[in-house]
Amino acid sequence: MNDHLAIETDKLTKVYGSGNTEVVAMREASMRVRPGEVVALLGPSGSGKSTFLTAVGLINPPTSGRVFIGGRLVLDGPHARTNLGKFRRRHMGFIFQKSNLIPFLNARENVQIALQLNGATTGAARRRAMELLDYLGVADRAGNYPSMLSGGQQQRAAVARALANEPSVILADEPTAALDSHRGRQVMELFAKVAHENDAGVIVVTHDHRALDIFDTIYEMEDGVIRPMQSAVPSA
Amino acid sequence: MNLAAKDIRHNLGRFALTTIGVGMLLMIVMGMGGIYRGIIEDATLLIDHIGADMWVVQRDTRGPLAEVSRVPSNLVHRVAAVPGVATSREFVYHTIQREYEGKPIRIAVLGLSWPTDKGDWLPLVAGRALRQNHFEMIADRTLRLELGEDIKLGRETYTIVGLTANMISSAGDGIAFVATSDAMAIQFDAAGEAVRLEREARRSRGERYEVGRQQPVLLEQAYKSSAEIPPIAPPQMSAVLVTVAPGHDAEQVAATIAAWGDVTVHTRADQRELLLEGNVEKVRRQIGLFRILLTVIAAIIMALILYTLTLDKLHSIALLKLIGAPSTVIVGMILQQALVLGVLGYGIGYLVGQRIFPQFPRRVILTQDDLMQLAAIVLAISVLSSLLGIWKAMRISPNEAIA
Repeated sequence: MNDHLAIETDKLTKVYGSGNTEVVAMREASMRVRPGEVVALLGPSGSGKSTFLTAVGLINPPTSGRVFIGGRLVLDGPHARTNLGKFRRRHMGFIFQKSNLIPFLNARENVQIALQLNGATTGAARRRAMELLDYLGVADRAGNYPSMLSGGQQQRAAVARALANEPSVILADEPTAALDSHRGRQVMELFAKVAHENDAGVIVVTHDHRALDIFDTIYEMEDGVIRPMQSAVPSA
Repeated sequence: MNLAAKDIRHNLGRFALTTIGVGMLLMIVMGMGGIYRGIIEDATLLIDHIGADMWVVQRDTRGPLAEVSRVPSNLVHRVAAVPGVATSREFVYHTIQREYEGKPIRIAVLGLSWPTDKGDWLPLVAGRALRQNHFEMIADRTLRLELGEDIKLGRETYTIVGLTANMISSAGDGIAFVATSDAMAIQFDAAGEAVRLEREARRSRGERYEVGRQQPVLLEQAYKSSAEIPPIAPPQMSAVLVTVAPGHDAEQVAATIAAWGDVTVHTRADQRELLLEGNVEKVRRQIGLFRILLTVIAAIIMALILYTLTLDKLHSIALLKLIGAPSTVIVGMILQQALVLGVLGYGIGYLVGQRIFPQFPRRVILTQDDLMQLAAIVLAISVLSSLLGIWKAMRISPNEAIA
């Protein structure tokens, strides 16, 4: 365990079923992400990328292996070492392929809810939400419901929500799949900017090879096994 | 941030329609209770208002409000002579159905013991009590007779001099109050031909006996009207109403009268209880069971609605869990929506009921106690019906937000 790492996974393995129906979705997957580092995880469909991301996101615990966040052991195999919901709320931000905004909240409220769940007062949460939307260029759409926003605007609002509590870890699963190449690149650049500015560790699962230059480190995953593919900045 | 309110606001049309539906259902539950209270009130109205301490009725009967009771007209004098009796009044009561202005009209006719009772105790909403012992009538508003209007019953015409509110028989018919002699005239009215045939039959019967043949004057007497023949008793009454003089023991007075072989005595409480246990009991059970059934149906429908509303939000709930919302936030959202649905539904049911129930042919009485009881039940079923949705929500994994 390294105290200076934003994310560290140690031989994560995920097995579904047993006996003849046993499927190994992830095999001893290890990864280290430093604060401020933006990591891309590539791989074909079914290679185990999402399984890895949900294990790191404390949503889908591994069968074995350990997950450290900010140097703290949070998952030891399937066993939680902390209140996972509370930990996610305080330390993690999520962005997915579909914008995953709550449909009955407008753009501002979608950001505001993440802040209020973390204890912010209504007024403070509202101000911070507007700041983030402004930062992401969608402040003028703050009062609009997700159904009234374009794909890019929805994704920006989702990014704003992911950043709301200044998380130390940001996990993104194909965040640009629903965007055109220009918007997709903008979002990727945004991740890099946020990661560098906030010292957050960012893992982005992507199929989009056009924006790989933005990432500090690139991993590839195949048949449940992770291996480094390229590194712009040397790994710790 | 109140997520329940935000969700309702976003799906306002759908939620409003659902609430109106639940409200209509609750209005029916409310109405069933009101109908039951109305039946009780109507059944006991006379007993509570007429001011009698006891009812002297035909032997082994439950009294004129429950079944046919016939007592001789002189009973009123016998009862008046009992020590401790302050007043004894004739009570004549029967229901008639006639045609009036081309439409059938059902009237519960109640005789007031003139001159002791002129109807001063009646809850008049217009007009006055009786001022003469014949041909005046006080009618309940539900009979739709106007003040000053004349109505012909039998061979006589009665003028409406007063109107009452909510004086209804246990069968739901409006009560018309006339003097006892008029009530009897209405009850025993016979056509002229029937009277002539009865007189002829009397004379014919007399001719079959020796005494009739030997004394022809008897046959002449037999042909006269009933009122002119002393051996023929005047028409019978339904009951005698008794008030006990202050300082006397009502039980002692009742025991004295009950010792006579031809009558039964019921106290006011007895009469009330007999009526409720007899006439109203089956109705009470029927309406009670129907009410329980409706309440259960309302609970099931609310549970299904809330479950469906939760199913629609499964993705949002998974997303909330993903961003770390504690279970209390999600449970609170579903529970608050259930309570809003229940409370608004109840309010709508009450308000719509207030407008619709007065149009019902029988009284629908919403008592404070019944309304409070139903409100508590609605709160309880709101909470219970949300449990299915909460159970479903608690089983959702945050993983489903990214599925």
